[in-house]
Amino acid sequence: MPGASCPLLIRQLRKSYGDVVAVDGIDLEIRPGECFGLLGPNGAGKTTTIEICEGLTPPDAGEVVLLGRRWGRDDRVLRELLGISLQETQFSEKLTVTETIQLFRSFYRRGPAPATVIDLVQLGEKAGARVGQLSGGQRQRLALACALVGDPELLFLDEPTTGLDPQSRRQLWELIEGFRAGGRSILLTTHYMEEAERLCDRVAIMDHGRVIAQGTPRELIASLGAEHVLEFAVADGAALDRAALATVAGIGPLGRQDGTWRVQVAELHQAMPALLGELRRQGAQLSELRTHSATLEDVFVSLTGRQLRDG
Amino acid sequence: MTGERRWLDRPLVQLTLVRYREFYREPEAIFWVFIFPVLLTAGLGLAFRSRAPERTPVALVAQSAADTALAAGLAREDGLKVRPMTDSAATRALRTGDVAVVVVRTSSGVVYRYDPERPDAREARLRADEVVQRTAGRADPVPASEHPVREAGARYVDFVVPGLLGMNLMGSGIWGIGFAIVDARRKHLLKRLVATPMSRTQFLASFVLSRLTFLVIEVALLLGFAALVFGVPLRGSPALLAGVCLLSALAFASLGLLLAARPRTVEGVSGIMNLVMLPMWIFSGVFFSSARFPDAVQPVIKALPLTAVIDALRATMLRGAGLAQVLPELGVITAWLVLSFALAVRLFRWR
Repeated sequence: MPGASCPLLIRQLRKSYGDVVAVDGIDLEIRPGECFGLLGPNGAGKTTTIEICEGLTPPDAGEVVLLGRRWGRDDRVLRELLGISLQETQFSEKLTVTETIQLFRSFYRRGPAPATVIDLVQLGEKAGARVGQLSGGQRQRLALACALVGDPELLFLDEPTTGLDPQSRRQLWELIEGFRAGGRSILLTTHYMEEAERLCDRVAIMDHGRVIAQGTPRELIASLGAEHVLEFAVADGAALDRAALATVAGIGPLGRQDGTWRVQVAELHQAMPALLGELRRQGAQLSELRTHSATLEDVFVSLTGRQLRDG
Repeated sequence: MTGERRWLDRPLVQLTLVRYREFYREPEAIFWVFIFPVLLTAGLGLAFRSRAPERTPVALVAQSAADTALAAGLAREDGLKVRPMTDSAATRALRTGDVAVVVVRTSSGVVYRYDPERPDAREARLRADEVVQRTAGRADPVPASEHPVREAGARYVDFVVPGLLGMNLMGSGIWGIGFAIVDARRKHLLKRLVATPMSRTQFLASFVLSRLTFLVIEVALLLGFAALVFGVPLRGSPALLAGVCLLSALAFASLGLLLAARPRTVEGVSGIMNLVMLPMWIFSGVFFSSARFPDAVQPVIKALPLTAVIDALRATMLRGAGLAQVLPELGVITAWLVLSFALAVRLFRWR
């Protein structure tokens, strides 16, 4: 079967809702055992893409091959092979955790026993509790358990940690890392760059329905050509001589957003004193100064000029 | 793990179990489906129970002590409650409706003051006159005797119980299914379920199956109560009654599925359900006969599912009708069942 070795292959996928183009011709290929991340702001087309892959939304054009099979032809087989966690699914609050898992387990021909899955997502203590009494993180783990009851070959996780507190998020990350180690292929969407950097072998950055960059997190960050990012602001938002600043040795192109200046630098120990010298020469009074190692967020900013979370 | 599955692990069993669990873990639902109809029956049965005939109050304006015989005679009369009064007090009491007739004994005879447009006043006047004439010595030329007849089945409570049963079958079918489905759609649970290998038919079937279980409890509770407390009769065959209830429950369950096929919000589906049910509460003869509406709209009223259900229930319970006599109603109910279900499956929004 052609492409059987490839868990997911997407070619020239398009989808519009009325005048709004949600997905504008994207190509992706996931390798076996890989965790692949779709990273982008809200409205970038991540959820539409993943729901087309899940067979929940029909595409306008393009091709999707999952585990060598296609929607419309092999639906029954595919439903057995995929594990899915949607954004914002609320399970029935009056059922217990065990009852919910038993229900989902009954739909699949094969898979682990409900108790096994409950232990896997560390909900053993809550097995008899009503879903209505679970915390946000516990509900997300329940959603994950429901995605795992059929022992899927390919796992789709749509924003698995959105809205969670940092501790619950880390707990979920550990679980997902565990599945990846178990050899499952995973496609996940997120707008948290730390999440993509930590969990994903490869990442596609999406914006306005297109893939604007693709590669391992390390490759993408390296493509910036600068390992550090320097951000600063001056008191009262006073005007600066931009042309003069740009001539400072060892700095990349200058960006400015909401009064904060932003510049990528390769050699922090050289660029920083030079920059401070120039600011002093212009008589500017610094009100903020920050540096950090470049992240996927900086990749997004350098590609779009916008911050990820601003959408 | 592909071997023979326990029956409990089958999807249809699990889905139906979910319906039960969601239902019995919601105390309010149990109240509205099972307890409320019984309370309503009790209330209506008590309010409209058959009572001993009322005594109509009558004022007697007497002139002399010689009228004590007349006062005693009036007091003995079944339908009257006599009160001796002065003339002016009696006039006031008549004006405020405290008495229906004022009987004034004068030296030359008797004067009756009353409103001839009030039936109870007309009757009281006749009864009072009867007493007056007999007290004065009149004898009946023809002897008469009476045999009072009081038949179960002809009272208001007998009329209203099949109506309430039909209304309850409609309400629990439409509410029970409509809210559960729209709520699952709003929470994206429907979408999550169709992302599994679950059979959509089994999902819809689980609602109908659970309805049928609740139906048995609902019908047994209401009819048992009505039979024990009010002696409401079942004159036709219990099997036919069970068949009518079953078919009706299926039809209303399908109608519930149809009404819940599209809406995304609970508010939206509530509006639609009320829009559909309200006319039937009024026109289908739950509390009073639908024959009171003009002839021109009768064909429309007859075509409503609740009218057909209630007519079939009344015919079976009160008139002892057989299958042949309720066939037209069963035809109407079946048509609603088939059309609603077919449309619901076509229109159903799964995400």
